[in-house]
This record gives sequence, structure tokens and C-alpha cells, in this order.
Amino acid sequence: MIRIDNLVKTFGPKRAVDGVSFSVERGEVLGFLGPNGAGKSTTMRMITGFYPPSAGKVTVGGHDVTESPLEAKRLIGYLPENAASYPDMTVRGFLEFCAEMRGMDAPARKKALARVVERCFLESVLDQSIDTLSKGYKHRTCLAQALIHDPEVLVLDEPTDGLDPNQKHEVRNLIRELGKTKAVVFSTHILEEVDAACSRAIIIDRGRIVANGTPGELRALSDVAGAVTLHAQGASEEKLATLGRVEKLNGSFRVYPADKTASAELTRAIVALADHEGWKLDALRTEEGHLDEVFRRITLPDTVKRNG
Amino acid sequence: MNLVWTIAKRELGGYFTSPVAYVFLVIFLLLAGFFTFTAGAFFERGEAGLAAFFAWHPWLYLILVPAVGMRLWSEERRAGTIELLLTMPVTTAQAIIGKFLASWLFLALALALTFPVIITANVLGDPDNGVIFTGYVGSLLLAGAYLAISCMTSAMTRNQVVAFILSVVVCLFLILVGFNPVTDLMVRWASPAFIDTVAAFSVMTHFDGFQKGVIDSRDLLFFLSVIGFALFATGAIIRGHRAG
Repeated sequence: MIRIDNLVKTFGPKRAVDGVSFSVERGEVLGFLGPNGAGKSTTMRMITGFYPPSAGKVTVGGHDVTESPLEAKRLIGYLPENAASYPDMTVRGFLEFCAEMRGMDAPARKKALARVVERCFLESVLDQSIDTLSKGYKHRTCLAQALIHDPEVLVLDEPTDGLDPNQKHEVRNLIRELGKTKAVVFSTHILEEVDAACSRAIIIDRGRIVANGTPGELRALSDVAGAVTLHAQGASEEKLATLGRVEKLNGSFRVYPADKTASAELTRAIVALADHEGWKLDALRTEEGHLDEVFRRITLPDTVKRNG
Repeated sequence: MNLVWTIAKRELGGYFTSPVAYVFLVIFLLLAGFFTFTAGAFFERGEAGLAAFFAWHPWLYLILVPAVGMRLWSEERRAGTIELLLTMPVTTAQAIIGKFLASWLFLALALALTFPVIITANVLGDPDNGVIFTGYVGSLLLAGAYLAISCMTSAMTRNQVVAFILSVVVCLFLILVGFNPVTDLMVRWASPAFIDTVAAFSVMTHFDGFQKGVIDSRDLLFFLSVIGFALFATGAIIRGHRAG
């Protein structure tokens, strides 16, 4: 549904987005990760047709966003960063306006309004003016606006920003649910959301894609991925060192296999060793890797990386 | 066209959900009354006509129209709603025209509420209502021209105050190049041909005919082209921001 080809956006001398390519199909939820200022919002603004790209191409549902913007925009529901909405309107008035802008007639508007109000839990504030709402309600009002025309493509810029943990949970569930039938792109800098909602994630840094894969694949890039951590009475570092590189953590040991994919063999070898040496195994766990470690490693500036 | 109306409706609604509209209407009517009856010496003139009323409009609008137009785009940019609006399936031109029409309608309403002055003139004397009609047409076009300029300056900045000041300066310039005391000063050093050319760009020159009961196609064309040009420039400015 969304196809991005070698997208570039320059602001003066600064290349905010520098050759980004990816595609998102129906039924996929793509998480867009990156530090602040990495180019996430800029990319999303180009997908939605707000910024014209400096170079490269965006097509949504087969329509080039630059050449036939209206056709492309009809397919997209967009939640902009900071969830802007008209503060002097009521929630009902605002959603009615958005539905009308999407070309819906009065009966269709009524149905659409009822649907999004239920989905985004807005019944209690429907006739309140938007500037009197809490941040969470403002956010959900803007999210409701993105869903009002039941779009095939959803572009959500930090959809959980400013929500409390319960609301975050609700929104993640909603995104996962919507992702079954739509193409969804959402940006975040909260890593747990990738696990909670995404089928695929892209990490972007200084305008370039630095990693692209399923959450599991990204985690496997971590240093500790594939290592086995054990806690056992009587375990000795020297004996364990015959199986691989050993790291001593307080009270337990972590063994790194030479080959990351060989953690099953390593686990069996450790169990056999413990059995042979008469250690009492309390805990044994294979490390999947940590997203935050991967994220930090690939998005830190080179100078920081070198200096430790 | 439907979308233009949807945008205009929302914008107009925005005026009336806040006290801005009512404050504006009251101030406009008070000032219009003051200028006409006190400063313009409506009763002392001894003539049945609204010359005293219309003569002040270029000056009255100079402050009040930018006050209506200053928020049109600067507020959208400040609040970030411009992103929402322009990612909906509308063209930039539709959005600009919709917002402009809403404000122009609002100004037309303010102008329509000055109807007691027509009644007064008709009760006291026997004015030429044709002249009054063309006066109103001219006044509405004048307001439209100022408004389009405010729309343009509003697109330049996120700050409403800056938009207001820029707009007043541009509109003041359009008054002064054809304002008699100023052109009289220019006579000392400029050739009459030069003065006439410059004065052709002034709203005063073109508003004059309407006050005398004449709808000249050149005057009509002048106001419509100022509106067209300023709105076109608004579009270019908005596209410019997004192009980076």
C-alpha cells in the first residue's frame, strides 16, 4: 500500500531524510523508531503529502503522492505529531468537520462518528470544547479524526505520546487490531511498543535507515543475543570457559557461544557440565537480546561509541 | 466547491464560538458611527447622502480588517492544524479560498449591520440610493482587498501580531500613494505622469468612483486583481514553507 523509494528531504544544507526506502503492505504494522530529530516526522509528512519530497518517490495505493495528491490523501488517515486539532471546536463539531472534508454525506457521517467515538472512548466528552480536554482526550480526538473515513492506510506520528499507561495499552491494542486489515505506519521512541504492536520495525538515524526487520530479528542484533545465563551453586568460571567466553554477573555467569545461533547446543552442554561437576542449577536462561541495547548501539554518534 | 464551503463554514463558526466576533462587530459599528456622525459631520453637511460614512472606510478598515485576517493562517501554523488541514483531500487553493470567503462574509455581515445609516439618510432627506448601493459595493471590495493582503501576511508568520503589523503597513501604503495630502507633496519633485502611475495602485483612487455612484470596470478589476494576487501569493508562501 505504501511504497517509498529513495526519499530525500533537505532543509537548506541539512538532509533531514537521506535516501529512505521501504514498503508497507496491508495487514502490516510498521514501527518507525529513531532518536529525536532522526527524520521520522519528516518522512511521515512526506507520506501524507504535507511536505513535497526533495527527491525520490512516495506512492500510496498506487497513487504518486506528488502527482495525484488528492487520490493518495483520500486513502490515508493521519495523526500528526502533537495531535493538533482546532481548540475552539467541540469534539463532535471537529469530527463532523473532518468527516465532511472526507466527502461523507450526513447519514454516513453519523455512522462514522458513532464508530470512532466508541473506538476511541470519547462519548463522555463529545460536546465539550477541545481546549477544555485533558491531553489524553485531545490525543484520542485527533486519533478518531484519523479513523473517521475508515482509511486503508494509517500514518500515526507518536500515537501514544502523552497518554497514561492504561491509555497506551488501549492504543497499542487498537493499532494491532487495525493492522490486521490496514497498512499502518507509526513512529515511536518507546521500544516496548515495537514488541507490543509491530509486525516489523525500522530504525532510522540521521535520515538513514540503519536497521530493518521483525522485532525478533532486531533483538538478535544485540550483543547478548544467544548467550546463556546460569545461576548454579558450585559453578566455576574456569570450567565454563571451555564452552565459550564467560562474563561474571553478581552471583551468576553468562556464557557467550562462538556462534549466536548455537545457543541450544550451548544450553545442553552447560546442563551436561553441571551434571558432571555436581553443580546445583538454580536458573538457566537463553538471552533473546535487548532492543534498547541494539537501539543505543546503532543510533549513538560514532564519537560516543568510540569513547565507550 | 463543497470542500471550500465546508472550510468556510468551520472558519465562520470559529468566529462566533469565541467573543472575537461580537467584540469586533460592536467596535466596528461604534467607530463607523463615530466617524460618520461626529468626525464626518453627517448632520451639519446639509446633504442627503452617505459620503461622510464611506469616506472613512479606508481608514477604519486599515485597523479592523487586519484584525480579522491576522489569525487566518498564522494560527493554523502555530497550532499545527495546518498539517491536518492540508493532508486532507483538498488543494491548497481550496483551503485558501474557503478561509478567505469565511472572513469576507463576516466583514460583509459587519457592513450589513450599518443599515441604520441608510434609514437615517432616507428619513431625513431624499438620498440617491443607487449611489449608496455602489458605495457599499466599493466598500465590500475594499475590505476584500485588505483582507486578502492580511491573509498573505498571515501566511508569512506564526505570530498574529507580526501578521497584523505587516498587513497594516502594506494597506497603509496602498492608501497613501493615492491620498491627496501625500500626492500634493509629491508634486514638488515628481512629474504628474509619475504621480498618476503611482496613484493608480492606490485603493483611494479606485474607491473614489464607487462613492460617486460609478462602477467603473477598471476599479472593479483593480480590487479583484489585488484580491487575486494576494491570495495567489498566500498559496506560494504556504507551498514555500512546506518545500523547505
